[in-house]
Amino acid sequence: MKRRDFLTKSTTTIALGSILPGFSFSAIQKESALGSLLAGSSEINDHVLVIIQLSGGNDGLNTLIPLDQYTNLNLHRANILIPENKVLKLNNIDKTGLHPAMTGIQTMFNEDKVNFIQSVGYPDQNYSHFRSTDIWLTGSDAKVVETSGWMGRYLNHQFPNYPDAYPTADMPDPLAIQIGALVSPGFQGPVPGPGMPMAISLTSDKEFYDIVNGSHSTPGTNAIGKELAYIREVAGQAKVYNEAIKKAANKVTQQASYPAGNTLADQLKIVAKLIKGGLKTKIYMVNIGGFDTHSDQVEAADHTTGSHAKLLSKVSDAIASFQNDLKFLSIEDKVIGMTFSEFGRRIKSNGSNGSDHGSALPILVFGTNVQKGIIGVNPTINQSFTVDDNLAMQYDFRSVYASILKQWFCIEDANISSILFKNYQTIPIVKNSACDTSALSVYQTDLEEKRLACYPNPYSSTDKVKIDINSKGGHNLIEIYNTEGRLISTIIDKTLAPGVYNYTWEDGQLPAGFYYCRYQNEGYQSVFTLQKVR
Amino acid sequence: MPIVSSKGLNVYTGSFNSKEIKHLLRRAKFGINRQDLVTYNGMSLNQVLSAILTLSPEPAPPLNHYENNIQPQFKEAAIPFGSTWVNTTPQFPENNGNKIESFRSWLAINYYKDNTITEKMALFLHSFIPISHDVNDPRFLYQNYKMLRANALGNFKTIIKSSLLDSGILRYLNGDVNQKNAPDENLARELQELFTLGKGFTPIYNESDVKEAAKVLTGYQIDRTTGLVKFTSSRHDTGNKTFSSYYNNTVITGKTGAAGQDELDDLINMIFAKNDVALHFCRKLYGFFVYYDIDSTVEANVIVPLANIMRNNNYAILPVVQALLASEHFFDVDNYGCHIKSPLDFIFGQFKEMEIALPSATDILQQYEVYAEMFVSSFVLKQLPYDPPNVSGWEAYYQKPLLHENWITTDSIAYRNKFSVYYLIGYKKRGFQIQVDTINFTKGFSNPSDPNILIDDALNFLHTIPSNTELKAHLKTILLYGQVQDYYWTNAWNDHINNPSDAAKKKLVTDLLFLFYKYIVELAEYQLN
Repeated sequence: MKRRDFLTKSTTTIALGSILPGFSFSAIQKESALGSLLAGSSEINDHVLVIIQLSGGNDGLNTLIPLDQYTNLNLHRANILIPENKVLKLNNIDKTGLHPAMTGIQTMFNEDKVNFIQSVGYPDQNYSHFRSTDIWLTGSDAKVVETSGWMGRYLNHQFPNYPDAYPTADMPDPLAIQIGALVSPGFQGPVPGPGMPMAISLTSDKEFYDIVNGSHSTPGTNAIGKELAYIREVAGQAKVYNEAIKKAANKVTQQASYPAGNTLADQLKIVAKLIKGGLKTKIYMVNIGGFDTHSDQVEAADHTTGSHAKLLSKVSDAIASFQNDLKFLSIEDKVIGMTFSEFGRRIKSNGSNGSDHGSALPILVFGTNVQKGIIGVNPTINQSFTVDDNLAMQYDFRSVYASILKQWFCIEDANISSILFKNYQTIPIVKNSACDTSALSVYQTDLEEKRLACYPNPYSSTDKVKIDINSKGGHNLIEIYNTEGRLISTIIDKTLAPGVYNYTWEDGQLPAGFYYCRYQNEGYQSVFTLQKVR
Repeated sequence: MPIVSSKGLNVYTGSFNSKEIKHLLRRAKFGINRQDLVTYNGMSLNQVLSAILTLSPEPAPPLNHYENNIQPQFKEAAIPFGSTWVNTTPQFPENNGNKIESFRSWLAINYYKDNTITEKMALFLHSFIPISHDVNDPRFLYQNYKMLRANALGNFKTIIKSSLLDSGILRYLNGDVNQKNAPDENLARELQELFTLGKGFTPIYNESDVKEAAKVLTGYQIDRTTGLVKFTSSRHDTGNKTFSSYYNNTVITGKTGAAGQDELDDLINMIFAKNDVALHFCRKLYGFFVYYDIDSTVEANVIVPLANIMRNNNYAILPVVQALLASEHFFDVDNYGCHIKSPLDFIFGQFKEMEIALPSATDILQQYEVYAEMFVSSFVLKQLPYDPPNVSGWEAYYQKPLLHENWITTDSIAYRNKFSVYYLIGYKKRGFQIQVDTINFTKGFSNPSDPNILIDDALNFLHTIPSNTELKAHLKTILLYGQVQDYYWTNAWNDHINNPSDAAKKKLVTDLLFLFYKYIVELAEYQLN
């Protein structure tokens, strides 16, 4: 029996907690409640995911703008702040707006095709572009080095024995396509397993060649043999998928218009064409760089212009024209997309009209099948923040992955846990999901409840901090972070019956400054900013 | 798992013939030609190393070849056609693109003509401490390259200090806008993470070390006229800078006035006191010249002793490169041909080894534009000097686990095949034919009229790993054009040699040789170095 069959058939009877100690929340309950439904859900649907990487670290505070924090934002980043009256309005949302360059996304939001997730990050934030990008792409913990990518593991789960057994009648096409010359580490397949990228790369649908490749010397077991085999494997894939891609591309002779001089739009245009052309490819990944805006992210004379405005306008225009094209091609309902970036930027701007590396940032999910709205709350900006302080994480990025895997690709909870190494909180991202029916409206109402309180605040080194929570039952997690994003302490991580609970935290010798207390109860989360004064 | 050589740094004493010479030169230069093998034939390993581990003479600076492309209103009188632009303050930014092209063409000439390791070492250092043409002043590219090239076999500590005072690096990493009232951490972070200490998954230094180092680096600006870095003491943070326990809680005492610049040495000395610097450098060097897979055996037998050599020589680079390239490890048979050609190795390699003619300097415009064609191709294959994907350089040199395998994708392998065949077919650039002269190239082998010997010679030279009989048999069917007797090729070849003006006879040989070499360069084996 294949591993995935085993997992699918066993989830209703195995106590998941025994497989994944410490993570015994929603999975088991939902598995048992929906057991029969899930057993039939392992069929591969026709859903497609498009991932847009914004390389360099996007300034989230200038992208999805917290209008209720303007007084303090003006204290910390006056030289890059967008004038309040220029911020784009979102229907039925008064506290949060968009960068003025993002008119395309504004329109999509108002047409219920956009969902933002606030303050996405991970514990123990790493401020290196390279390491943080790897963390996002591999889905690993910050302190663990993982070589396989999260998409690679998902594809390996869905399509075992790649590449040897492929293409098949059911999957005649590339599993995933990276638009660009290099394949993202996010597609790296696991070991044991393929140990090579599960995606193929493509720079243009027209430039796919017939590869002539004889196989004329036997690869040995040394490094030469390894490289020779690798090159042949890649060349073989190019050859195998050549026809499928050409055929798909040739079927589509008309597309809606895309903006000129926009590299992201060029890439998305190819993606739309290949989806319409009938490829069964599950994931497409595209990339736009330049978000490392240490200097001149805005023009001093007009903060709505500058390099960041240009980038956001490209992203917004590209996504809006892509969505428009999907509609034109009548494939709107089978595609969702998401953006990500390795980190956000510092709350305090620097002297060069730019911003240094920061922590959590909002990410954007789009499509006719996403839950409209904003998940999470505006970040809180304290007036006393210094250059050392960063935004609190509200959602772990793997919660976003887990939600998409579950709600869009209909992967069973137990298998998501093995793909992502842990059982992460899911949040309602996909609308009308056949596999998860949580509704955003219920969730957001829940979020507005105050279910976490910490006091005294500010506190001093002689104080013990009291933490009160109001649990609705299920899994509860209370964590303390410093504003560098380091996880200082986990107060509780367990299942609790509904009710009010009190905990105490003694911070020991920590220096004065700001700390975040994060409470997560099933889909709910809340962050409380603590200030230690001496 | 592949078997990685367990040999160490003992000096290689085995046989040293054309196979070993090819291995050494292919790694140390951008491709080789048959003349190289003649030049070094009969020399000892030591003799060859002393010939190539020498700084080649500094080339005269790049020239204005672009005059005809300039709009009349942007003519720069101080830089007439054929003179250099590197010493003149740019008058019109509109000409930057032309100057960057001039710089690159000139770089291609230097890469192609260098008979030593100099240019490849300069590229290694550039991939390690990169800048991009986005720095907006073409002089910075020239200055940066000149600095790296001059120190290519010099001292790594000097290179780091020079880099921190290099206009290109400062502009690329915001060092020129880093000032006391608003420090910019970009340069201070990458200095530690990428250029010196490296960063594993557990940070060895911390975020406060980044901020403190940024304070040391405040006050440097770029003089617009000279294009050089200057120190403005009023922008310098004169407070004390306190570092973490990783740096033994070092305090760099803040200094006022011009003395503020002295803190730079304090910072560099503090960083270079850490063993991690030499280890990081040696891992990078090993990956660039030998193989990317550094397992615990290679770490123990090669990297650690190499780093010791580096520290014992106060960060001099030459003894380190010498030790590596003379080692039993480097000449271990498992390390021959395991290196996936970088795009530059691939493109320059084919130009060199297949002896594609290139124009002389008599027509600067033609010479610059034709040499630039090599970068046009390497750009499509994702390696263009002074245009790295990011501050970490090219993915093939840092992105695990694929590393060098990042060069090979379904996209790039298709383009690699396309380009190598393109040069066999030939095309014109600025009136100059860029093409492998297959007949002339074939004449250079020992006995081209004998198909068996020709096949052996060609594979032996163009591939790095031994070929099997199946491949040879297939190549013979190409040369014999479906016939079975060897004399079919022998006659065709001799007919042409004896009647060089007979177009039909020439065409037959040309067609067969095209198919013959096409097959060889399209094989996976041709991607290995």
